[in-house]
This record gives sequence, structure tokens and C-alpha cells, in this order.
Amino acid sequence: MSDTTLDPAAIASPVVVTPPARKRLRVPPLVILAILWLALMLFTAFAAELISPFSFTAMDLRNRLSPPIGLGGEWLHPLGTDELGRDVLSRLITSIRMSLLIAFGATVISAVLGVSLGFLAAHFRGLVEQAVLALVDFQAAMPFLILALAVLAFFGNSLPLFICLLGLNGWERYARIARGLAVSAGAQGYAAAVRQLGASPWRVYGRHVLPNIASTLIVSMTLAFPEIILLESGLSFLGLGVQPPMTSLGNMVGYGREYLTRAPWVLLAPSAIIVLTTLSVSLLGDWLRDRLDPTLR
Amino acid sequence: MLRFFGIRLARALLTLVLVVTFAFVVLRLSGDPALLIMSPDAPPEAIAAFRKAWGLDDPIWQQYLRYFAAIFQGDLGLSMRDGRPAIALVAERIPATLALTLPALAIKIGLGIPAGVYAALHRNSFADRAVMLLAVAGFTVPSFVLGLLLVLVFAVQLGWLPSGGQESWRHAVLPVLTLGIGGAAVLARFTRSAMLEVLGQPYMRTALAKGVPWAVAVRRHALPNAAIPTVTIVGFMVGSLLAGAVVVESVFSWLGVGRLLVVAVANRDLAVVQCILLLVATTMVIANLVVDLLYGALDPRLRVAPKGATA
Repeated sequence: MSDTTLDPAAIASPVVVTPPARKRLRVPPLVILAILWLALMLFTAFAAELISPFSFTAMDLRNRLSPPIGLGGEWLHPLGTDELGRDVLSRLITSIRMSLLIAFGATVISAVLGVSLGFLAAHFRGLVEQAVLALVDFQAAMPFLILALAVLAFFGNSLPLFICLLGLNGWERYARIARGLAVSAGAQGYAAAVRQLGASPWRVYGRHVLPNIASTLIVSMTLAFPEIILLESGLSFLGLGVQPPMTSLGNMVGYGREYLTRAPWVLLAPSAIIVLTTLSVSLLGDWLRDRLDPTLR
Repeated sequence: MLRFFGIRLARALLTLVLVVTFAFVVLRLSGDPALLIMSPDAPPEAIAAFRKAWGLDDPIWQQYLRYFAAIFQGDLGLSMRDGRPAIALVAERIPATLALTLPALAIKIGLGIPAGVYAALHRNSFADRAVMLLAVAGFTVPSFVLGLLLVLVFAVQLGWLPSGGQESWRHAVLPVLTLGIGGAAVLARFTRSAMLEVLGQPYMRTALAKGVPWAVAVRRHALPNAAIPTVTIVGFMVGSLLAGAVVVESVFSWLGVGRLLVVAVANRDLAVVQCILLLVATTMVIANLVVDLLYGALDPRLRVAPKGATA
């Protein structure tokens, strides 16, 4: 059995070809900046150990709260130091890695969970579908921050639990999208055709339906990513997320807050990174949505 | 109409039952309450007596039913910190939170919706781009960063306003602004895309083609239709009046429900956490129910939902 005749790309291709070629090449300058910034962040996260000048816990007690360059600081600590004389640049690099790791992990978990539940609902219909929809309603009806706080209160905190918890954020959106698209794909012949050829449900959903809805899902993931970064940094800011001695962007803002008047750089550096990163992902996500999937508007 | 209302009510109740079940399951999963309250090295007889006194040795479904019954009687347990009823602790914080979230809601609606409508009506103009840029910025700047920046400028540098506490109305200005600006940005973005969607509909073209003036077409056809998605977001904002200020209250040391929640989570004061969880869920569900009813008023098509199409 060959897949070529039912290749999803062949079915999807007319949609891709419609916009004129000259328009397709134009990437707005803001989006280019956003991509460059995200590339820098990814590089920082991967090369954290190689590029950070100090260990993020190393203390330099003679240089506590020393200002960054431009405010009278020296090149030894380009972004200054915090209350324990720890190098802000090094802490920032480690925090970027931690925050991105959490955000990626949580986004993947919520996408996998949501898509699986959505497919289950679309495949079995009936009672399973009603149960999934009730869960979706429940999740959509509660502000996630409150749910997350409740779970943290009941179970305490650890990094794996924290990532899984954030992975519960937004799964209901993927579930809705996946269910809707899988139901309509089922009506669209190609899924029925492979099923008639004897493909297992795993094959139908994994190899045929999933590639067809992938662009919608990728756009949704890009749009959900900043939300997770904000959630993680918010919880860490409250002191209920990433726990010291580990550090994340929100965590740095939370602890830097006590030195707001004397050493605002401790807090401003991670704040700027959070804002620029979420802004870049949002710009990229909006642009991708407009390019790939006008239905999501 | 009655059928529409009945289905919505049933769904709302189902959601509440799910929240209560969630609280119960999570509470039981998190550990043996007897060991949690008594010290772990208490004599086994004392623990057994405690279990008997609180009915912890009954079958789980009996405990579940009793838990339900207690909630309906307004008994949400005692705070483990100071032994007072959790519901009283939470209730006395509600006015402080509303003092922040109600004015903030007014700012969100008063600023966000007009800005979104204006941007959509003047698509691609300078004003549209400015509104959208501000909206994206307002959406991506976390509230604690915005709050701390406002403190840095208005309290530390200029010294115009206090940076925290709640003695007078001046203490409320910065937290209200922090909440309002972020929410207005979200609302402007949603309103704009809802308006743009409606403006591109065939019925707008028809109205204009038959000679209806632009302003009338916008007022009679575009605005009511664009109101539907906007009402959903506003409903969510109304529903989170009690819980929407968790981070901002912490930034400004404002003793409201959110601050109580954060402290209770840090102390693992489960009765208080559970009480706030149920309270927030109830307000949220009621707000959603009202939104659903408003849908019916705004869009007659939704009133006569065809059989089976309840989702």
C-alpha cells in the first residue's frame, strides 16, 4: 500500500499556492527582528554554560549591588550584581534557559494532551466526547492561575510537577481544535478512504489527519507559548514557581523587587527579557497565523 | 427559550460539581488529613480517634457526599493558621479586592472597546497601527513588570503616589492602572478582530449597497454582531473580578482575596485555598451563565438552537 496517492500535502497544496508568489516573500521587518531575537534567546539557552562569565550562584561579596555599565559599573559585571554579589548577566543566561525549558516542555505537554483528547472525542463520539467536552468546559471556566495555585498548595512544588502543571494550561484549546478538525476530516473522504484500506485508527490519525491539521496546531502553539512564559514568570514572581537556588526570569524579578529603589537593574534586566521574548513570539505567531491559517482569526 | 436556559443551567451546575469533585479529589490525594493536621509522631490511638471523629474511616463515597452537604451548608472548614472559619476570612477580603477590580473593569471597558472599534473602522491607518502596537505590548508585558515599572516611575522617581499599602484612595491608583491597562489591551485586540470580521460580512455589503449610510450600517448591523465575541471576554473579566488581581495585589501589598490566596498557598492552608477556589469557580460559572443568556438576547439565532446542537 502506498501513501503517495493520499499524500496530505497534495490535498493541502492548492491552499498554499493561492497567494501570489511575490507577496509570499515579504517578511515584515518587525517579524525579522522578532526571529533574530528568538534565535539569540535559543542560542543563549543552548550555550548557557559556555557563554556565562560566572556560575549563576557564584558570589562576589566585595561587589554587592554594583551597577551595570553606563551607570558607573565595570566590565567585570556588565549588567551589575545583585544583593549577594552574584553576576546579573550570568543569572540572566541561566534564567533564560530555565524559563524557555519550562515553556517548551509545558507547550508540548499541553499540545499532546489536548490533541490526544480531541482525537479521542472525535473517534469515539458519544459518551467519550461528552466527557471530554465537559472537561473542556471546566477548564475554560476556571482562571488557570487559580487552579495552578490550588494544585501547588495541595501538592507542594517540584520542577517536574511544575512543568506538568503548566502543561495543563490551554490543553482545552488544542482539544477543541483537534476535535473539530478531526470530525471534519472524517467527513472529507481521505480519512475514510485510508480506513477502508484497512489502516488502524493510529495510522489514520497519526499519519493522515495530524499532518493535515499541523499548521493550525503549530500556530496555536506559537500563540500559547507567550502565555506559558507569562504564567511561569508570574508564579515564580509570587515565589510559588521555580524555587531557589534554581532561578528563572520571574524568580529574578520577584527577588529583585526588594532592591527596586537601590538597584533597579536586578529587576529590569529580566523584565526586559520577558517582555521582548513574549512580544517576539506573539509577533511571529500573529504573522504565522495570517500566513498559514486565516481561519484562526 | 426555556429549553435553551435549562441546558445552560445544567451545564453550569455540572461545571460546579466538577470543581467541587476536583477540590475533594485533590484534597484527598495530597495526603492523609489526619497525618497532616496531627503531627506524624502522634500516638496511633490518637490518630485513629481523630479519624473516627472526622469520619475519615468511612467509605470514600460517604465522605464525598458529606463533603457536598457541608459545602451546601456554607461550612468550608477552619483555617489551619488561625482557626477561624475559612469563609469568614475570605469574605472580609472581598471588598478590598473589588475596590481594585471594579474601577479596573471600568477602565478596561471604557478604553478597550472604543479603541478596538475605532481601530477596526480605520483599518491600517496610523491610529489602528498605534492601537494594535499598544495592545500587543499591553498583552505581552506581565502585570508584575508593568506594576513595578509604574512604582519605579510614579512612586520612586516622581514621588507622586505611594508604592504599596491601602490607607487611602491614592494607594489604589497604581494597582487599578496596572490592572486596567493590561485588560484594556486584551479587550481592544478582541474587539478589533471581531469588528473586522463583521465588517467583511456579506450583510454589511448588502446594507451599504441598498443605500444605508455607513454610520447607520455600523450602528445597526456591525456593532451588535461584533458584540457577541466581545461579550464573552467581558464576561470572563466579570467572572474574574475576585481572582483577577492575585499578582497585582502581591506587587502592591494590597490585602485582598488574591494576597490571601498566595499566603494560604505558601502556608498550605488548604481550607482557605479550597474556599477561594470554590468562590472563584462560582462567580465564573454565574458570569458565564449570564453571558450565555446575553447571547440569547443579542443573537436570536442562538435561542432556537436545533436539537442536539448544544455544544
